[in-house]
Amino acid sequence: MSEAFVIAGKAYTSRLLIGTGKYRDFAQTRAAVEASGAEIVTVAIRRTNIGQSAGEPSLLEALPPSKYTYLPNTAGCYSAEDAVRTLRLARELLDGHDLVKLEVLGDPHTLYPNMPETLAAAKQLVREGFKVMVYCSDDPIQAKMLQDLGCVAIMPLASLIGSGMGILNPWNVQLVIDAVDLPVIVDAGVGTASDAAIAMELGCDGVLMNTAVAAAKDPVRMARAMKQAVEAGREAYLAGRMPKKLYSAAPSSPVEGKIAPSRSKAA
Amino acid sequence: MNYTRGLNASVSFPLMIQVIVNGSAHRLERPLDVAALIARLELSGKRIAVERNGEIVPKSAHGSTLVADGDRLEVVVAVGGG
Repeated sequence: MSEAFVIAGKAYTSRLLIGTGKYRDFAQTRAAVEASGAEIVTVAIRRTNIGQSAGEPSLLEALPPSKYTYLPNTAGCYSAEDAVRTLRLARELLDGHDLVKLEVLGDPHTLYPNMPETLAAAKQLVREGFKVMVYCSDDPIQAKMLQDLGCVAIMPLASLIGSGMGILNPWNVQLVIDAVDLPVIVDAGVGTASDAAIAMELGCDGVLMNTAVAAAKDPVRMARAMKQAVEAGREAYLAGRMPKKLYSAAPSSPVEGKIAPSRSKAA
Repeated sequence: MNYTRGLNASVSFPLMIQVIVNGSAHRLERPLDVAALIARLELSGKRIAVERNGEIVPKSAHGSTLVADGDRLEVVVAVGGG
């Protein structure tokens, strides 16, 4: 099992990808990202405020694209067409940067992915030369379809975006991992450090999160916890866990050489 | 493309065009190129990307792309997101 985490031909050290939304301010965003050790950060593409003062701080100053790999997303898009337009704008904005996160949502309540639109958008984006990391359902068949379309990473949800419910269906995540040869990154649903560790122990190649860090009481501390959890989970996966048994009758200490049992209590 | 309207306007009264930028109407007394429009919106120097009627206007073409009456423009930036 390789130690390298490679996406679209580029190797990364950190297997934790961090979203940059919902923080108090850019200072906190930067502090959390730094504490997480993440090298890839997701960003959203939105209309600029017209008439806003020119000196307004920008995310690109807080997190210089020279230091981090930007992953522009299509959050809020409900059709393949809107997602494709958004990422064309992102590529123009980021001087030809072509590594993107595709997500096409099905409805505003669950934010569950719309897979037919996701597949259509992935096809078009790959045709236009984008390197597509794709948020998707935990369906191994459609994960394979996305791989066959030419995506560079498969990113199934573990539970709904922003829910913090953790890895609800580890068996399906496992099926996705088995179905594709691409990096599999759990995207959405992680609530706390143990969730990230579980994802990595399952054999995921990485974890992408935003709310779990940003909505923690102490986001910077949680970012650090997530870094450690992802590392611990990866190490445990590589180490290979012991098999589960209801009981073993095999104590850890030697059975031989115990002192003589007390006579008074002996049967 | 409504040529008649443009022709009449240029003959009978000073040309006034309207463009929609990020969903809001802006009236311009004459057609501007995208770079001039960005300057008028006080966005010069900001890191932005522009889409006009659904098509990207590359930075290299900002100075040579005229906006026309009825154009719909989207001007975007990168913001925090997950």
